[in-house]
Amino acid sequence: MAGNNHHSSRGNRPGLSLHVPAPPFRPGDRVNYSFLHVPRPDEIARPPESANPAEIRALAYGLVRVLDDTDQAVGSWNPRLDPDTLLAMLRKMALLRAFDDRMFRAQRQGKTSFYIKSTGEEAVSIGAAFALDREDMCFPSYRQSGLLIARDYPIERMMDQVYSNRFDPLHGRQLPTLYSAKHFGFFTLSGNLTTQYPQAAGWAMASAAKGDSRVAATWCGEGSTAEGDFHAGLMFGAVYNAPCVFNVVNNQYAISTWSGFAGGERTTFAARGIGYGIPGIRVDGNDILAVQSVTRWAADRARQNLGPTLIELFTYRVEAHSTADDPTVYRSAREASEWPLGDPISRLKSHCIALGIWDAERHAAMDREVAGEVLAAQRSAEAHGVLGHGLHQPDVTMFEDVYAEMPWHLREQCAQAIRERQRKWPE
Amino acid sequence: MVQAINSALDVMMARDDRVMIFGEDVGYFGGVFRVTAGLQEKYGPTRCFDAPITECGIIGAAIGMAAYGLRPVPEIQFADYIYPGLDQLISEAARIRHRSAADFTCPLTIRVPFGGGIFGGQTHSQSPESLFTHIAGIKTVVPATPHDAKGLLIAAIEDEDPVIFLEPKRCYNGPFDGYYDRPARTWADHPDAEVDDGHYRVPLGQARLVTEGDQLTVLAYGTMVHVARQVLVEHGINADLIDLRTLIPLDIAKIEASVRKTGRCLIVHEATRTSGFGAELSALVQERCFYSLEAPIERVTGFDTPYPHSLEWSYFPGPIRIGEALDRLLRE
Repeated sequence: MAGNNHHSSRGNRPGLSLHVPAPPFRPGDRVNYSFLHVPRPDEIARPPESANPAEIRALAYGLVRVLDDTDQAVGSWNPRLDPDTLLAMLRKMALLRAFDDRMFRAQRQGKTSFYIKSTGEEAVSIGAAFALDREDMCFPSYRQSGLLIARDYPIERMMDQVYSNRFDPLHGRQLPTLYSAKHFGFFTLSGNLTTQYPQAAGWAMASAAKGDSRVAATWCGEGSTAEGDFHAGLMFGAVYNAPCVFNVVNNQYAISTWSGFAGGERTTFAARGIGYGIPGIRVDGNDILAVQSVTRWAADRARQNLGPTLIELFTYRVEAHSTADDPTVYRSAREASEWPLGDPISRLKSHCIALGIWDAERHAAMDREVAGEVLAAQRSAEAHGVLGHGLHQPDVTMFEDVYAEMPWHLREQCAQAIRERQRKWPE
Repeated sequence: MVQAINSALDVMMARDDRVMIFGEDVGYFGGVFRVTAGLQEKYGPTRCFDAPITECGIIGAAIGMAAYGLRPVPEIQFADYIYPGLDQLISEAARIRHRSAADFTCPLTIRVPFGGGIFGGQTHSQSPESLFTHIAGIKTVVPATPHDAKGLLIAAIEDEDPVIFLEPKRCYNGPFDGYYDRPARTWADHPDAEVDDGHYRVPLGQARLVTEGDQLTVLAYGTMVHVARQVLVEHGINADLIDLRTLIPLDIAKIEASVRKTGRCLIVHEATRTSGFGAELSALVQERCFYSLEAPIERVTGFDTPYPHSLEWSYFPGPIRIGEALDRLLRE
């Protein structure tokens, strides 16, 4: 055996062993989340936005919450929102879930290649959108399409993109859900992970250098905090005091890989901020009031020229990573149902009912309305075509926008593509 | 050439307050090659400043700045250091216009000193231009003279696409003719070192005919333009020596016209041979000028090894290697 020589030369020193992280549960396992400490909302106080990061390090290890077990909004992080705002958040989350359900089904019906849902994580994107200014620039990852929904981007256009049809604003160039919407403050999504982190820092630096008042916000998953880009982004944010809100969506899994493989066994992801000397705050990602409140705190802090914040949104990815994934083969089916932080929509619904501004009938009616809205948009979008026969865009669109002006070699290749298409479909 | 590039940056910073310069050591110190000297003092520390040592961060932040509407001109201290930034370059900078259907664009110029002959060893000498020419969506520019360096850099900064601007660092202070063992020349009396003080552009995509002749066509860029020219003079050969100036977009018309006239083609670059840009040039000439060719196309390049420290002049494609190729080309 290869290791034998080492054993004999080790003498009486004890042998080492390699640690490989393993998630707490695998398929078939009973689930027990008692190891997760879920504090009461009033246990963690909200510091002023001007707090010295060194004095609020405990926030990185706690869990900021607003909604308590009796559906009341309590504690100093309560953002004290008016009924219209609460109900608007509720509706946007419901719309996002209904949108995801239709598009997931459309993928299963073969109308597109791929889809990614936000199920269980709706509060992450919708809550942030209700905290940021409309003009602030978002550099999202692929599970924050709720930012577009919250900012009233037309869902029919989103579907056009998912279908890569002839109304797709991106001309069928991108995988479904990798939207781009500059005028909605939504940066073009990459399929590569966390590349948006240093980009958001750069955008925020530019805003500061120009004396602007807008801030940037960016999101990545806990798994991709392992990328160098994550650290490069935080480094630039910290060094130049960039007005940027860095978010880590800790939904426990990167496809099948448990958060422990991104260092989650040893510390929280919010605690990554401490090493950079910036505030790190861990928040209950299924409590939209807590998400809104913490995001507003960080955005206000950035807007006061006090620099970046790292927020960890502690949540659970209820469904598969994408339509190309089957989580039943690597995790226990009970994890989602027993997740101790509940469902973000149910929690806000119960809160609104407890406040007396909402009831089960109105909620059921709202669900029917958003489902109808989604269905109507889907019918229109499908009239523009679905993915499949590849004739929605003329071939020239493949060669356009590679450069501002098409160079000679692309013009030649474009002529070839057009010739091939004419031979395949002479009509 | 250092002063010419500095002048281009100065001119553009004065004309356009969107131009922002940052990179390792470029701020107060003015860069390890002095290219950004004086710019922080003149334009302030928010327009020209030092950066953390993370090329991924430098290029990534520059992309964000460009998305905001600025014209960032970051420096990567040595071409050899750019690899940690390649994902930001390939998957992001080069793709943002296309993937967003021009919703977002990335007008960004990355200045990168490259090439060897300065006892830089394998991590301060490389010529990785073919990595960039292989990426759809990026333009690759290589000046050979101070005049071109200024005009091309201004054109690059004004361009709407991401540009890799490769500066031949062996020529920063003089035109290197390949004879490392002779006294170094400066740019002082060189005709191509005449640089106007003001704003001028050398358009991207237009090669320069350095010398005109009918015996053969020589394609070169950067330092190798000067080396090739010296060897042609020594051998008494009348050649079309074409300084490509930009690799993408390539001035294919000028290349075709010349090879059709001369029927012989020599390609010279310092980079390693296999899959180097010379392979692309050779294929293009063969595809487009085959019936005009009177001899096989020749490539003179660096060897397919890491750039050595003590043996760098054995590695460098100098006068002997070029001379032998000329002999083969002109034998018949």
